[in-house]
Amino acid sequence: MGAAYIIALLGLTAAAFYLGRARGAGLRTSGARAHSLPVYHGWYTGLAAAIPMLLVFTLWSPLAPRLIEHRVLSELPAALQPADDLARAAVLRDISNAAQGGALADQASPEVRQAAATFGNLTSASDWLRLAAGLGLGVFGLVWSLPQVSREFRARNHVERVVLLLLLASSAVAVLTTIGIVASLLFESLRFFAQYPWYKFLFGLQWSPQIAMREDQVGQSGAFGFIPILGGTMLITLIAMAVAAPVGLLSAIYMAEYATPRFRAIAKPLLEILAGVPTVVFGFFAALTVAPLVRAAGASIGLDVASESALAAGLVMGIMIIPFVSSLSDDVINAVPQFLRDGSYALGATKAETIKKVVLPAAFAGIVSAMMLAVSRAVGETMIVVMAAGLSGNLTFNPLDAVTTITVQIKTLLVGDQEFDSVKTLSAFALGLVLFFFTLSLNTIALKLVKKYREQYD
Amino acid sequence: MTEPVARTLRMLPPKPTGFSGADVQQRLSQRRRADARFRAYGLAAIALAILSLFLILADVTGKALPAFTQSTLRLDVPVTSEHVDASAPKAGDYEATVRNALRGLFPEVQSRADRKALDSLLSTGAADALRHRVVADPALIGQIIASKALLSSDADLYVKGVSAKVSTAAGVGAAKPSATSGAVTLDLAPDALAGVLATDLAATTTAAAAPVTLDTTTPSLLLALNGGIVKITSLASGKAEGEILVPLTTADAAAAGAWRHILIATPETSRKINDRQIAFLELLADKSAIERHFNFAFFGRGDSREPELAGILGGLMGTAYTMLVTLGLCLPVGVAAAIYLEEFAPRNRLTDLIEVNINNLAAVPSIVFGLLGLAVFLNVFGLPRSSPLVGGLVLALLVMPTIIIASRAALKAVPPSIREAAVGIGATRQQAIFHHVLPVAMPGIMTGAIIGMAHALGETAPLLMIGMVAFIADVPGSPADAATVLPVQIFLWSDLPEAGFQSKTAAAILVLLAFLVVMNGLAIWLRKKFERRW
Repeated sequence: MGAAYIIALLGLTAAAFYLGRARGAGLRTSGARAHSLPVYHGWYTGLAAAIPMLLVFTLWSPLAPRLIEHRVLSELPAALQPADDLARAAVLRDISNAAQGGALADQASPEVRQAAATFGNLTSASDWLRLAAGLGLGVFGLVWSLPQVSREFRARNHVERVVLLLLLASSAVAVLTTIGIVASLLFESLRFFAQYPWYKFLFGLQWSPQIAMREDQVGQSGAFGFIPILGGTMLITLIAMAVAAPVGLLSAIYMAEYATPRFRAIAKPLLEILAGVPTVVFGFFAALTVAPLVRAAGASIGLDVASESALAAGLVMGIMIIPFVSSLSDDVINAVPQFLRDGSYALGATKAETIKKVVLPAAFAGIVSAMMLAVSRAVGETMIVVMAAGLSGNLTFNPLDAVTTITVQIKTLLVGDQEFDSVKTLSAFALGLVLFFFTLSLNTIALKLVKKYREQYD
Repeated sequence: MTEPVARTLRMLPPKPTGFSGADVQQRLSQRRRADARFRAYGLAAIALAILSLFLILADVTGKALPAFTQSTLRLDVPVTSEHVDASAPKAGDYEATVRNALRGLFPEVQSRADRKALDSLLSTGAADALRHRVVADPALIGQIIASKALLSSDADLYVKGVSAKVSTAAGVGAAKPSATSGAVTLDLAPDALAGVLATDLAATTTAAAAPVTLDTTTPSLLLALNGGIVKITSLASGKAEGEILVPLTTADAAAAGAWRHILIATPETSRKINDRQIAFLELLADKSAIERHFNFAFFGRGDSREPELAGILGGLMGTAYTMLVTLGLCLPVGVAAAIYLEEFAPRNRLTDLIEVNINNLAAVPSIVFGLLGLAVFLNVFGLPRSSPLVGGLVLALLVMPTIIIASRAALKAVPPSIREAAVGIGATRQQAIFHHVLPVAMPGIMTGAIIGMAHALGETAPLLMIGMVAFIADVPGSPADAATVLPVQIFLWSDLPEAGFQSKTAAAILVLLAFLVVMNGLAIWLRKKFERRW
């Protein structure tokens, strides 16, 4: 039915456009020039028909199903009335399944079948009504706008105003996304903190999100202490940065200061390819190749390495971040003005001395911000740790042990869990909130640093 | 111009001045060595990064190769009315038909264990091709059909030499078995299996003269002679004891070269395929009934629990729908936002807020977008879970900042003279931009869009949050169907314990990387072709 409505919408709009344009073209043949070109008259009438139809669709579509559901449920016998939201959803699923003739539809009880029939009738009635209302208003818009087409009518100004509004609305999507992220994270986190004290979350030393099913169950008490997860995240990030920072920075220095144009033309795209490899591929590499290698290497020198060691995940994450660090540092080093280098050379310094004593100190703020961005990237990275790091929240700084991270826990808590109100799933949003604000503040500080540093030399 | 001067200064030979004492010279060469060292560190760092790229690619390619071929068994299958009823060919028991045809190749195999081993060589989907043919043409019932039956994943991996290390060699001297079935003693030439004894089994014994006992924790040794297979349980120089896995046709001595040994270096306990199954596979290979060909089904099937039946079509279609939704949303909205911010936005706090927002959104971890999708699109709007529609929406929001930033850069690169000229001959601001600036900026916008889409193509984490991780065997038919995408399929397969899925995972990664290479190549080509300097 949605498709029929869209086809009607497109058809009416096209018709309105052609009518308006034809009328606008008629103005021209009669001698004097009109204010707007015929095509703008066409757009004007087209928009006058399309906007009411779109409004009807966007208002009707989310509202109607709720009204229908309410009506269908109220007609069910008292014995079948659902007690809570979960049962309500289940009953509605049965009814809509029966109405659409899905699998097991013929096994439904007579009451459900009756409700399904009502549901089907109401739905199709609602769809027809929506189409009628939309078309009626659309045609009204067309009839209202068409007589306005005249030589003096400023159709172009009206159309351009609508276009400008559309452009503004598009750029507001970015703001809406941020608001959506903050609102959903905050809202769900507040629900979590209503059930679990925030200080226990922020400072708790134990993380075991399984909730006891029975009163007398041993262990697994549902402790949501954030510290072990933070420790694990920091450990893996530290290992990753230990790889990415020196390698990325040194390769950026070589690229910016030593490399010939030919070398750069080959090496730079290769690093970009490394940056473009999807993280799930790094995860596969970490879990199936690096982790067994690390384990075997540890065993050969008598060390007991966990099969999901922080070291394997951290190493591969480090490789993933190398191009990120290197391209950011490359930009920063290139932004150091040439006269600083020339001054250093003039004093007889070698290239390495110039880089170490002049270029790097001058680029220091930028390099720090590059590292901060890299850390924020590492903290937010999901697939590598999901595939190669552990699940249990060990509070340890031994890189050979298995640790868990914020992103791993978010994924584990939410994937496969249909129930949405438990403390367990809500805790994932609290973790998401922490992750969001952590990366946001790192980025804000880093961007400020870069800006300040740029201004210094501009 | 300053750079060459600096270089020349450095190149000058040290002049004999007041600074040219021996210690000065020494310090100078030390400083030059330090310079060379520093330079070498940089080169090593780049080499390390590029090496790891090649390492990853080589590792994935090496693991993926077995998945691109598939082993089938050539069987002449009699389709009898006993199993397939001509009035209802769809309901026929084709599995039993194919199984019986395979058993027919080994009429001497009667015991339950042997039959089980034989049946397990076939995939659960071995009869699918036959079913299709018979359903399409019921006249085939009652005939003998030359058919290709799919091997099970374990058998397939053995044939490809992935699951076990196997070496075969023709026999030296004659081999005389004492019986044709059951326990058997073999008289061999004294040096017949000397190499095997000395090198492959050396670790299992201390005294050279004593017979070596073979069990499930040592390498397995099979002898193929007289049309059957003997499994060696104890081996000494010139003499072997064993158990007959597949009965021999005669108890005559097999001449030199007419028999061979098969040494499986991987012990039976650490592989999925046992010696009995290997014996059957070797005999089938001797009859050249096993064929390997390109695995077209991998690209034409949905997911499956059986590695040999799993394909990536479901993931590919899911990816296609998701990308369609993403592109349809984020390209118009992203370009419109870029046009507004670059061309129309007044300089005020609201514009600043939007700009800061876009920059920050670009750095938000992708999993947070998944949380947004879960909380807003699924729980508030009630859109279908696991659907490409929701996945596309989430990815559109995720790549929107990339596209806005790239489009703004492309618009900024268009010289103001174009806008001024258009306005000068009477165009409005909007006409100047939509008719003149936008077409010129289009290649740059497209490049940004392709790079953004490549990013979205490889994204996995946010899609896990909105439930695209369910096991879905059907290929999705619309953006509202439950589906999975290629990267998530990779993630799902990488988690499975079956050995066959490891190569499938790697092969799916190669397909994903191929798409990324094509997209990035297209972006580079566009940039090169339409790059214009003003």
